Amino acid sequence: MKTFGGSAVLLDRNDINTDEIIPAKYLTEITKTALKPHLLEDLLLDGQPFDSHSQAMEDARVVVTRANFGCGSSREHAVWAFEVNDINVVIAESFARIFRQNMFNCGILAMELSKEDIDRLFQINGAVNIAVNIEQGQLTATSDEAGQDSIQCMFTLNSYDKDLVSAGGWLAFAEANF
Amino acid sequence: MGKTIADKIFAAHLRASPTPENMVLDLDVVLCHEITTPIAIMDLVEKGMDRVYDPTKIKAVIDHVTPAKDSKTAMQGKIMREWAKRHNIKDFFDVGANGVCHALFPEKGFIRPGYTVIMGDSHTCTHGAFGAFAAGVGTTDLEVGILKGVCTFRSPSSMKINISGTLTTGVTAKDVILDIIQQLTVNGATDRVIEFTGPVVEQMNMAARMTLCNMAVEAGATSGICAPDKVTAEYLWPFIKNDFVTIDDAVADFAKWHSDPDAEYVEVIEFDVSTLAPKVTYDYKPDHVKDIQELAGTVVDQIYIGSCTNGRIEDLRDAASILKDRKLAEGVRGIVTPATPAIYSQALDEGIIKIFMDAGFCVLNPTCGACLGMSSGVLAEGEVCASTTNRNFNGRMGKGGMVHLMSPFSAAAAAVTGKITDPRQFLA
Ligand code: SF4
Repeated sequence: MKTFGGSAVLLDRNDINTDEIIPAKYLTEITKTALKPHLLEDLLLDGQPFDSHSQAMEDARVVVTRANFGCGSSREHAVWAFEVNDINVVIAESFARIFRQNMFNCGILAMELSKEDIDRLFQINGAVNIAVNIEQGQLTATSDEAGQDSIQCMFTLNSYDKDLVSAGGWLAFAEANF
Repeated sequence: MGKTIADKIFAAHLRASPTPENMVLDLDVVLCHEITTPIAIMDLVEKGMDRVYDPTKIKAVIDHVTPAKDSKTAMQGKIMREWAKRHNIKDFFDVGANGVCHALFPEKGFIRPGYTVIMGDSHTCTHGAFGAFAAGVGTTDLEVGILKGVCTFRSPSSMKINISGTLTTGVTAKDVILDIIQQLTVNGATDRVIEFTGPVVEQMNMAARMTLCNMAVEAGATSGICAPDKVTAEYLWPFIKNDFVTIDDAVADFAKWHSDPDAEYVEVIEFDVSTLAPKVTYDYKPDHVKDIQELAGTVVDQIYIGSCTNGRIEDLRDAASILKDRKLAEGVRGIVTPATPAIYSQALDEGIIKIFMDAGFCVLNPTCGACLGMSSGVLAEGEVCASTTNRNFNGRMGKGGMVHLMSPFSAAAAAVTGKITDPRQFLA
């Protein structure tokens, strides 16, 4: 199975919608790679435009955010925009249904943690790195700042979600099973 | 324990249940449009899987940007067109015959009680108005739907919203659903099916029920759903008259898709509409809703009447009742897009198009257009639009634009005054 985790970007807001993740004007693209520069282009954090081209975004492999992430349109482009930017895990308190399903359908992880655990991740100072162990259902977050303790959280993926991830997504799984 | 409509539809379509939580369902129809389908087609072609499970169960339309506005949208249309031809998909609607998917497909009789329906579009929940389980999906789900005729869902959990009381003049299904979304919040119904019941829903026509179900997803719901009844049977009669002797026979048959009296819901909400006022959204979230009086006086630049929420003939009639013998306020642009060619044609016959034109509106062909900010009325930075659509997200109708969602009555009132206005003053 592919490995998940890496450098994390934290987006401190509820209800980030798919129009903010990838605006509708890019839906005319017919390749996934064309979406690459536009990830989170229209995101507002604290009412301010988010810098979607920072070094931290460039390095990111994981996104941590709050509740109801990915609400709004069904566009799988939102998931592909993460995928083509090598982000393979989104961690949130909760997801909109279609976004969550789209992530697993693409064989990548939409991981739900409790509000307490999400709060703990947001409290880490410095640059955060997150390692995910799917088999053990364990996630470890570490900081590059001296003196910061690492944080561990447990998560559960149901066996079907795991099957989709190990098959590499729903199309491959459906082709083999239905 | 009794079953809900969704439980019954799931049970009747169950192909597999990989875990108790996940259910793979057989699909009755797979709906397609040119924004999310071409990329699915390209992927299937690339993987050597360019097949369709049953061409008669696939319905396709070019609706979001039509006629094409540039080379990229022209290519999306071309991919759809060639694919429909290659696979002998007869129900394909192109320029001249095309309209907004969630208005066009019901009008063609493609959605029936008890059906399972998917589409690569979040407002697929609209079709639940017919007592179907209809859900928006992403491109991979769409690909598998096209290829295999199946889709996975979490086992349904239903909530019931029982709507009672009497709607007063100028207050419509749009105002009801905006108020419900405000109460539920944007994720209050996530992973749930919302069953709309009660005397108000029973009295609603199919257009109003579609408006209600259309916005269920704005509260996070998988689908909205209404029990199929005589109103449903009458709407569908031209398409089902060979299957039943009388309309009452159809109604009796549809009853098999009613929730049992002892069905269990995760939540039941009682909702009385008797004192409900016209509603409007503010800010960038569909659950930011106020009584329209609270925003009265907010200056608007553009009026947009159309979309899968409120572009039906009933909606155009509502707006026209206010616009008749009146004009757009100075400096305000009015755009109307009847949702389908049949609606357009009906509006012509009824003199409604003339009323819009005399008021100074631009009448567009049926299309999604500016609803998603792709064409035909995109807002400039700092502009404000009074709109009958369903989403007010930041940037939705154009970067830096502000969208206030409201009913066709309210949009027409704003057209006449140039400001957000309580429409009831025109309806006495
Ligand atoms: S009218 Fe708007 S909301 Fe409806 S399908 Fe078209 S773009 Fe989507």
